[in-house]
Amino acid sequence: MVKVRLLVTLKKGILDAQGKTIKGSLENLGYEKVKDVRVGKTLELYIDTEDTESAIQMTKDMAKKLLVNPVMEDYSIEVEEL
Amino acid sequence: MKFGVVVFPGSTCEKDCYYALKETLKQQVRYIWHTETHISDIDCIVLPGGFSYGDYLRAGAISAQSPVMKEVKAFANDGNLVIGICNGFQILLESGLLPGAMGINRSLKFTCKMQRLVVENTDTPFTHTLKKGEILNIPIAHKEGNYYIPQEGLNKLRRNEQIVFRYYGENPNGSVDNIAGIVNESRNVFGLMPHPERAISPLLGSTDGIKVWKSVIEWKAGR
Repeated sequence: MVKVRLLVTLKKGILDAQGKTIKGSLENLGYEKVKDVRVGKTLELYIDTEDTESAIQMTKDMAKKLLVNPVMEDYSIEVEEL
Repeated sequence: MKFGVVVFPGSTCEKDCYYALKETLKQQVRYIWHTETHISDIDCIVLPGGFSYGDYLRAGAISAQSPVMKEVKAFANDGNLVIGICNGFQILLESGLLPGAMGINRSLKFTCKMQRLVVENTDTPFTHTLKKGEILNIPIAHKEGNYYIPQEGLNKLRRNEQIVFRYYGENPNGSVDNIAGIVNESRNVFGLMPHPERAISPLLGSTDGIKVWKSVIEWKAGR
């Protein structure tokens, strides 16, 4: 079994209204050093294979077909063998 | 003319569309369940507003993969008419029938109000009976209507005159170039955030939505 973490974020340059609001709230708490906050999401996929390469390839296919919208979003992949 | 209103789990505006088309515009209309694959009896497909699949993953993303959407794509590619309203517009973007993507409103708020629109393009089946520059009052109700397309795509939309409606006055969601509705290159697929099915009676505050539906009906009658 391979656990894949798919991290999806808004592309650079696209206004992240949630991130901006959270940054403002952190400022109110005194964290002025936080210069930017970007909100994203994590999908954990548990894939029945021993081959991490094929798990990554499968995840890339799924990202392309459904899990990521390439117009607005970027993604990265982290793999963990279970 | 026969309309088909597609119903996904979580659609909420299908009855409004059905009512407007049947009672106000006196057209034939039937519901199409999202698993249906026979839609050849239909002249115009309507993808209604709502929160199909709870807006999980991204608004419209799951619905875009449903069995009926495979048929709707083929239907659209044959040159037939498709209108996506609100969540329906999001589904058209996610299914690739229209370019661009939808982000969360800049205000982060669900915005439900009467909205002024300016008609930018009357050379479409959906607006040919309107006047360029005409102002319409049609309500909006969404949290994800912040239309985005990269600059290159925007240039293409402008060049091909695919922008049909723009928000007039204050932009309610932060959409690029004040875009409220666009068509595809061949102008048979129309996506818009405002709800023309909710602007069909003085009781509802506006009858301007009727103009959009009538345009479609007259276009079909002239074929």
